[in-house]
Amino acid sequence: MAVNRAGRRGYWSHVWRQFKRNRLAVGGLYVVLGLLTIAVLADLISSDKPYYMRYRGIDYFPIFRGYLVKLGVTKWPPELLNVNYKELGTERALFPPVPYRPDGIDLTAPFADPSLGHWLGTDKLGRDVMAGIIHGARISLSVGFVSVGISLLIGVSLGALAGFFGSWVDLVISRVFELMLAIPTFFLLITIAAVMPPSIFLTMAIIGLTSWVGIGRFTRNEFLKIRNLDYVTAAVALGVSSRSVMFRHILPNALAPVMVSVVLGVAAAILVESSLSFLGIGVPADLVTWGSILNEARSNTFAWWLAVFPGAAIFVTVLAYYMVGEGLRDALDPRLRGSEG
Amino acid sequence: MGRYILQRLFLFVPTFIGITLISFLITHLAPGDPAELLAGGGLGAGVAAGISVEKRGTVDQALAEWRAQFGLDRPLHVQYGVWLKNLFTLNFGDSFKDNQPVAGKILERLPVTVKLNILSLLLVYLVAIPLGVYSATHSYSFGDQVTTFTAFVLFALPIVWAGTMAIVFLGGGDFLYLFPPGGLTSIDYSPEWPLWERLKDQAWHLFLPVVLLSYGGFAGLSRYMRTGMLEVLGQDFVRTARAKGLSESIVIYKHVLRNSLIPMVTILASILPGMISGSVIIETIFSIPGLGQLGYQAVLARDYPIVMALFTVSALLTLLGILISDILLSVVDPRIAFGRRQS
Repeated sequence: MAVNRAGRRGYWSHVWRQFKRNRLAVGGLYVVLGLLTIAVLADLISSDKPYYMRYRGIDYFPIFRGYLVKLGVTKWPPELLNVNYKELGTERALFPPVPYRPDGIDLTAPFADPSLGHWLGTDKLGRDVMAGIIHGARISLSVGFVSVGISLLIGVSLGALAGFFGSWVDLVISRVFELMLAIPTFFLLITIAAVMPPSIFLTMAIIGLTSWVGIGRFTRNEFLKIRNLDYVTAAVALGVSSRSVMFRHILPNALAPVMVSVVLGVAAAILVESSLSFLGIGVPADLVTWGSILNEARSNTFAWWLAVFPGAAIFVTVLAYYMVGEGLRDALDPRLRGSEG
Repeated sequence: MGRYILQRLFLFVPTFIGITLISFLITHLAPGDPAELLAGGGLGAGVAAGISVEKRGTVDQALAEWRAQFGLDRPLHVQYGVWLKNLFTLNFGDSFKDNQPVAGKILERLPVTVKLNILSLLLVYLVAIPLGVYSATHSYSFGDQVTTFTAFVLFALPIVWAGTMAIVFLGGGDFLYLFPPGGLTSIDYSPEWPLWERLKDQAWHLFLPVVLLSYGGFAGLSRYMRTGMLEVLGQDFVRTARAKGLSESIVIYKHVLRNSLIPMVTILASILPGMISGSVIIETIFSIPGLGQLGYQAVLARDYPIVMALFTVSALLTLLGILISDILLSVVDPRIAFGRRQS
């Protein structure tokens, strides 16, 4: 077991070395990590509450207090309930670099041009675009990860079953794959999203439920290949249970090409989510996402900032994930180069 | 060949049943009663507002009559059976919205979407094949890398962004007015215009949608082309051709290109079924009255007969794609014989 683990570490460090050689892929990785940081720290970068303020002689840390209130540990003091911190008349206050909430409506400043006050302008309700994009990163990335997690679960299970057991199990599951390939996925997606009540979690689930075919087929093919290797035969001969052979012996070795699909799948899910919210399907109307800001540009073509910035955010994110995915594909196995994703 | 097509059709039956069944279940098990939703604003709103009891009875009766008219009061399996039976006579039922036959609505819009997609398919192949040939014959050169990278970036470019940017900056807003922001023809378009005027107007309107529908395909296809050509270039008959003194252009265009077109043809099978899906966004952005827009509006209005019909049409397109690519395959590669292919 110890030898095995050392060997595996050797493999992954080899993959990492290969990956690092690809400058584009490393660049993509930095962007991905940067986006993750923005998504995690969204509240600290963009919020209408200050980090720190002194008000009537008392020190407050409203952003952090906000977290505690959400957790139910504490409550807002009555004098700070639903206040506009900027007009509170604080003695001292330190605001985040983007002092707006993504859904903070300001009807006095609709369609404001990008300026020092609103770096990327505002939309028709005076909501700050920069804040929308920063908090939209959180939505986009979580949709990407959760839906790929769902499709990974479905795809790997079905693919593993089909590839491992073969015969009629494979036949049935392969027909299901064919069906999913033949069905117009995006149309299926907007149909389900439109008939269900709008919810971001439902959107994640729907994207996951409609995008597992690629992963499923990859897993099946890998399992078919690996199942006939000597070490698997040996494991079966030793009386190891099917489940254990599948998940402990075959799966770790089948994961390499699946990982590429996972990374590319995150990009695809982000694209789909932005298309859905662009079409106004699946996400609640008051939720600010990259796609929903972009959608506003369609009917207000003079407000170019509503088109340029959220779209660029989608583009950069998707491109970064593609680059990481391609780099990973090359690093994992040069023979996979150019094969279907 | 006839036997092969028959065999294909037979294999397609379960897929077809599957697709229609899935779309049927989604539309019929979705929360919300289409009768009340569709009556929304009129009868439905009255129900919600709590109108008086006797009026409520009338409303309920009207809704029930409406349900009976569309057969929605019957059990699900009966409804599906009726739907399938009607399909054999190409009867897709009537639209919930205006009681017009769905088949007519689809036929009316099909040419638009088909035109859009055929043009974009042509553009994709016209751009991607030369690009792929260039990349393969100049593999690992600077030009190859630039081509590959550009195609890759285009692949990642979200169509919702590209479309919106095109409308904002090129579609006659506050910036350039190079192209119309939507529609298929100008408002004053009339069939009496001279032919070239009509063609010019249509081309002007179709340019942006077609380009936007195509650019994403460049990357995949040119890359397939490149890989395919590199593979063929490494084969013995190419060396033989060169050894017997054929010019490089004859080797490339006559020997290599023809053989590397094979995978390009099979890709066609996967492009056709995506037609409706792919057109949804473009047709919505540019207000083009095609199947994509019809589908999008039907989905929003819960016009289920139309939604079901569109799923069916896509399923048929899938079959058509497979058939066409198989037939083309035998044209490009005579070694492939029908019926004997066992994949």
